[in-house]
Amino acid sequence: MKLSRRKFLKVTSGVVGGGVAAELGLLGVNTAAAAAKAGKVPIKTGRQVPSICPYCAVGCGQIVTVSDAGEIVDIQGNPDSPISQGTLCPKGAATFQLVKNEQRWTTVKYRAPGSDRWEEKPLDWAMHRIAELTKKTRDAHFNEFQELPDGKDGTVKKRVMNTYALASLGGATMDNEWNYLHQKLMHGLGVVYLENQARI
Amino acid sequence: MGSNMAECHPVAFRWPLKARTEHDAVLMHVDPRFTRTSAACDLHVPIRAGSDIAFLGAIINHVINSKRWNEDPFFREYVVNYTNAATLVNPEYKDTEELGGVFSGLAPNGKSYANASWSYQRNPAPPKGKAGLGPFSDLLLQQVPGRPKTDPTLEDPQCVFQIIKKHFARYTPDLVGRVCGCTPEQFLKVADTMLNNSGRDKTSNITYAVGWTQHTVGVQIIRAAAMLQALLGNIGRPGGGVLALRGHATIQGSTDIATLYHSLPAYLNMPDGRKNHETLKDFILTEGGPAATSYWGNYPKFAVSYFKAQYGAAATAENDYGYNYHPRITGDHSHMPMMLDMAAGKIKGFFVMGQNPAVGGQNARLQRKALAKLDWMVVRDYFETETAAFWRNSPEVISGELKPAEIKTEVFFLPAAAVAEMEGSFTNTQRLLQQHDKAADPPGDARSDSWFTYRLGKLLKEMYRDSPLDIDWGVKNLAWDYDPEAKEVAPWRIKDEPSAYRVLKEINGYTVADQKPLPTFANLKEDGSTACGAWIYTGVIPEEGKNNAARRKPDDWISPNWGFAWPANRHIMYNRASADREGKPWSEAKKLIYWDPAADSGTKDPAGNPVKGKWVAPSGEGIDFQPTKAPGFIGKDAALGFDWLSGNDAFIMRPDGKASLFVPAGLVDGPLPTHYEPYESPVKNPVYQQQVNPVAKVWQVNGNSYHAVADPKFPIVVSTYRVTEHHLSGTMSRWLPWLAELMPELFCEISPELAAEKGIKNAEYVTIQTARGEIQARALVTRRMKPFTIDGRKVHEIGIPWHWGWQGNAAGDVANDLSAMVGDPNVSIHEGKVFTCDIRAGRKGGRI
Ligand code: SF4
Repeated sequence: MKLSRRKFLKVTSGVVGGGVAAELGLLGVNTAAAAAKAGKVPIKTGRQVPSICPYCAVGCGQIVTVSDAGEIVDIQGNPDSPISQGTLCPKGAATFQLVKNEQRWTTVKYRAPGSDRWEEKPLDWAMHRIAELTKKTRDAHFNEFQELPDGKDGTVKKRVMNTYALASLGGATMDNEWNYLHQKLMHGLGVVYLENQARI
Repeated sequence: MGSNMAECHPVAFRWPLKARTEHDAVLMHVDPRFTRTSAACDLHVPIRAGSDIAFLGAIINHVINSKRWNEDPFFREYVVNYTNAATLVNPEYKDTEELGGVFSGLAPNGKSYANASWSYQRNPAPPKGKAGLGPFSDLLLQQVPGRPKTDPTLEDPQCVFQIIKKHFARYTPDLVGRVCGCTPEQFLKVADTMLNNSGRDKTSNITYAVGWTQHTVGVQIIRAAAMLQALLGNIGRPGGGVLALRGHATIQGSTDIATLYHSLPAYLNMPDGRKNHETLKDFILTEGGPAATSYWGNYPKFAVSYFKAQYGAAATAENDYGYNYHPRITGDHSHMPMMLDMAAGKIKGFFVMGQNPAVGGQNARLQRKALAKLDWMVVRDYFETETAAFWRNSPEVISGELKPAEIKTEVFFLPAAAVAEMEGSFTNTQRLLQQHDKAADPPGDARSDSWFTYRLGKLLKEMYRDSPLDIDWGVKNLAWDYDPEAKEVAPWRIKDEPSAYRVLKEINGYTVADQKPLPTFANLKEDGSTACGAWIYTGVIPEEGKNNAARRKPDDWISPNWGFAWPANRHIMYNRASADREGKPWSEAKKLIYWDPAADSGTKDPAGNPVKGKWVAPSGEGIDFQPTKAPGFIGKDAALGFDWLSGNDAFIMRPDGKASLFVPAGLVDGPLPTHYEPYESPVKNPVYQQQVNPVAKVWQVNGNSYHAVADPKFPIVVSTYRVTEHHLSGTMSRWLPWLAELMPELFCEISPELAAEKGIKNAEYVTIQTARGEIQARALVTRRMKPFTIDGRKVHEIGIPWHWGWQGNAAGDVANDLSAMVGDPNVSIHEGKVFTCDIRAGRKGGRI
């Protein structure tokens, strides 16, 4: 038991893909050969930019390698990180494919009401249209006051300064800076249906 | 417990494994399923999903009645000094033991509690304190109540300790056997291991994840763990604590800087039309008042500085810093009611950014149908998510229930930049902020999320620029200037990304007059001279041009120079408790911070002599206490914040400075954890007459039907969960060929016993059904799942990962089509970890 545990640690503290290897290790598969081979894979060279894994909240360190042409060519574990010491799990190790992925959409798509297809649209057009819709919806459904329970079986007119016609649902792999800007804008507009993945 | 760390937080799991290999730590896994975590632990104890409070309550009962706990003076010293065990509770309080499973204060309709009877007994209020602290603080000071009454012998029948003792008395190893389905011996092994590995020289940790939050008693499960850890002296000390393993890169950040309906950034409450929040003064007194004798006594500074950050120069003392123009909530606007209101046609426009409710939302079918009621929706993501495509090819469109031609929703898909393509910070599950740098421009029209919100804000501000209306004041005067400096964008094609640095600086806070960043939240003011987006992050930009989130110097322990742990780079909260009452480390092995009476405090007494004594931390750990407050200091009665707290009040965010074994205020479902059955359960509550959490959030609406207790149509317990290779609804994983190939198809874990009963064969299809929906999956018949015997009855449990949807490279049915909308009453989190279903061999009808 002790020996296999030690081997497990050794494998997981190695290069990317440690998670899978670790699980195989736990199942009693000998991963030494695979680990040795992985160690010899040439690491792509280029400018190295420190980053953080976009998936879970462990916060493993990543190094993004950028070619001379400015292309992201590789994403690996950051050996300096005291959290992950260079390791990544299968998700973290696959981050490169999240960035470089043929199926990734890189243009704005628009679906008109009742339509059965997407159309491609310019970003600027979409931003203006979204801003117009936001304003229109907000202005048509803004509440300065509302009758609310007074705690004594009656109601009382209270200032609420909000709209129930707009809602926002965000993820939780989005920067702290975005969270700040977004809550600020939503509160500026009076949006109260403001939620994110943390509720789940 | 409540976590499958090896598979869901794999890299973090290296650390407990290392502790086991190098320090002989004992790892125990208490979980319904045998997982890879169980395989790597010394012990796995299977318990029925939703029975955690019975298990933890029984550990508490076992611990406080044990010889070791009663004889080792460590436990008593810790508990008497650092918890509210000695505090006396209102004689009106009635426990679940007396009232058939509910607490005193339950409303006649049984749907809500009034908490007056849970309050502390107090000494008379102090004479009114000296004014001059500030306009709001002076008023707060008038509200300071008398100190709570205590009995340090812990013998008074009304003291918290005696109440707890009675409350958990019936949580015995035998009861655990009946409720949880493990053996009393297995239970005792866990309880004794915790007890024997806690004390002066050793600490134990409890780690959990959404296996605990996703319940109608989620908050109370975590409370039970926190109580146990406080009773064992495991809080504020290295190796101790209750560690939440959170699931997303900055889910902590998105809670701290809340894009959540109920909260302003940094845990200030959202103004609420139902409360006395008419003016800024009312808001501060209502929200800051009850906690004014803790560090929350600085509420006026936090609140005023938030409004200054929000409205900039337009926020003045005369206009209440813009408070009147800020929105108020009026009810529960959280995810589930939001989607129900959308389904009812109340919501017209919807921003969905980095989320995929068509797959990830509870009762996902209902959530997809809600999208069809919108006028418009903006989706920002990398791929065409199920949410973006609901009008085109969702199961409801395929079945003809929804027709694209009749769906009026105008849909925008905006491509998002990847993390490597933008600069910003994440806050990980340890409260650690880490910066990620921008490595390349995003492709095409892909932009960062911040770009989208910033740009939208600019366009809207332009539209409202000349509005004279009060209702537009908030958006018109929003302080909205984060344009980058030329050098920040010089290397990039995209020149109009907002400056992440400027945003983080505002979050950090600055002095309005000279725009200089604040090094600490102790510098915040309530007179409008400081602006601060989220006070808990103050110190991340301690001076202009310096970003502590981007520090990258590791060491082999706390690594204080790696990133920035909020608050004030304190990695272990309440770490005053790592030293004893006199400020000495409990032991050499567990030394963290301590009082050094000889150290120069850096302050001078009124006569000008240097004052000796301060708290020190050789590791560089931040000190979560007033740095020069001596251990023997007696707090002042008529005072706020730190001035009220004494030298042994380690829990500085609690109004009495003590860990709350009993919670007098702040929870809506009772002051103590109590075993209730999940909202859908195959058994009657074996502990109390009260079946479920009486105040659980339920939504009795069309399309969200619930199963009855012990419903013969739905006799099987089901848990949803995640696998290593996928992330959430799969948007960030099912499109990646590597990950799709590693974990290609939806499956359902089934015990051999259940498979035999139902004629199910491994790897063949099964259909799982609830009142909400029906899905098919491959059967994974495995001894990892075992039926439980609960109160003499056999109960089967199955498990289904919820990552699949119809889009992407690895497609499959949506597990959340099965789940119901029902939630924890404190936080509105759903109960996806346990509900009931039925299962049969074969594919679902009508679809190949
Ligand atoms: S590499 Fe894996 S464990 Fe580490 S942060 Fe990413 S998803 Fe989490």
